[in-house]
Amino acid sequence: MSDSLVPIATHPETENTTTRRAFLGAAAVAGICYAGSLGYPIYEYLASPAEMAANETAVTEVTLKAAHTLEPGSALMFKFGSSPALLIHASDNTWVAFSAVCTHLGCTVEFQPEQNRIHCACHGGIYDPRTGKNIGGPPPRPLTSYKVDLVPDGVTVSRA
Amino acid sequence: MASSLYEWIDERLGVTEAIAFARHKMVPVHAQSFWYYWGGISLFLFLVQIFTGILLLVYYRPGADAFESVRQITYVMHFGWLIRSAHSWSANLFIFAILVHMFSVYFMKAYRRPREVGWITGIGLLFLAAAFGFSGYLLPMDELSYFATKVGLGIPASLPVIGGPIATMLRGGPDVSQFTVQRFFALHVVVLPLLFLPLLGVHLWLVQKHGNAMPPSEEGKPVSARKTVPFFPNFMQKDLAMWLISLNILALLASVFPWDLGKQADALSPAPAGIHPEWYFMAPFHMLKILGNWLPGATGEVIGILLFTAGLGLWVVIPFYDAEHTTGRRSRFAHYFGLFAVASLILTTALGYWGIR
Repeated sequence: MSDSLVPIATHPETENTTTRRAFLGAAAVAGICYAGSLGYPIYEYLASPAEMAANETAVTEVTLKAAHTLEPGSALMFKFGSSPALLIHASDNTWVAFSAVCTHLGCTVEFQPEQNRIHCACHGGIYDPRTGKNIGGPPPRPLTSYKVDLVPDGVTVSRA
Repeated sequence: MASSLYEWIDERLGVTEAIAFARHKMVPVHAQSFWYYWGGISLFLFLVQIFTGILLLVYYRPGADAFESVRQITYVMHFGWLIRSAHSWSANLFIFAILVHMFSVYFMKAYRRPREVGWITGIGLLFLAAAFGFSGYLLPMDELSYFATKVGLGIPASLPVIGGPIATMLRGGPDVSQFTVQRFFALHVVVLPLLFLPLLGVHLWLVQKHGNAMPPSEEGKPVSARKTVPFFPNFMQKDLAMWLISLNILALLASVFPWDLGKQADALSPAPAGIHPEWYFMAPFHMLKILGNWLPGATGEVIGILLFTAGLGLWVVIPFYDAEHTTGRRSRFAHYFGLFAVASLILTTALGYWGIR
């Protein structure tokens, strides 16, 4: 009589482990999807300003109204996309524009006409005001330079 | 490796003791066990409030810029509408869950000796939740929030002598303005959390200390006929399942019915038609309206405030009136008082909504 009570399944153990593994796998995938669908909106929400800044960086051209009246030997700070930039009207009447972000650690640089240099006050970096080349102090690279065009009512600065 | 790491942690933090304590803690199982989940659901929704509130804090600017910053959150920041909607919806669900929790505690007579302090701290938490709701409602500074706050602060203003100064102090001036937003903001994100968190700590400690109360029907049974499950892991699993269900309901509501942002508040424009308070303030608001119709001038409001305060006072001290675990006259009276409270809240809320239909 006791023989009839033996389970019919031939390999119960292997079957159990596969189904358990499959279940745990599916549960893990579902859990990751769930956490992802909660986390994605939160990530995007927090990343919004960074994305907006990235869109601003995509700017390729800025027209500065009335900038053509800038005196020779002086400079003007302006925003190129999201970062500061420097327009210089040199005493020899040439026009140049650079990114004003120091290539060392990102401080904003300053044009100093009396010393004829671009200077970074943070760590004493010095750049050539005609080319933007790094000529003193810690900066590893020249300043990014932009193309300058004089237009009837101002100055247009564009990515070189 | 894993076990030696566990031993290292256990020796310092006492994890095993905590688990043993949680396993030792028993939760009664009976026909009304469902109501035990509502405190946990309230707690969960409060955690959601903290979380979404911090996210809103990343972009919200109180003061003169308030509306513009909420407009930015709602329409400019990615998923900002969803975060804001989740905060508003979870606030409403939070109050709803607290009310369910409170009335289930009431009718299961879980406030009786020795749980009186649990009852009182719970009511304190409900009041703070209402203050969170009232202060948070103004923060977007749209038309609805502006007028709701104006009307809401008009109620204490009708009290003689002290009413006017209280209302002026809350508003930061004679009218609702950017100064009101600024101080409501300070209340909402600093003062109220500082009051709420320690009170919640006491409330939760008391639940640990006294455990779940049994309703009188269970207390009547012999000890051998009562069923229990361990809190850990059995009840906790179900608790967490309830949290997951709550989160899903919240996600559904927040995304399918995004919270609206009205027009910017303008002190010179008339109140929009059908303006009304949030549903959890509808009952007291409508009671005042009814009394105001019966009694002329500020008298109705003053009597209304006094009646409502007296009712709340009775509600708070009920554990001292009905303290004994017996089915006497006091027990029955408390039960009828509860039924009366529920009926009058539902009736006045319904009448309030019927009036603005």
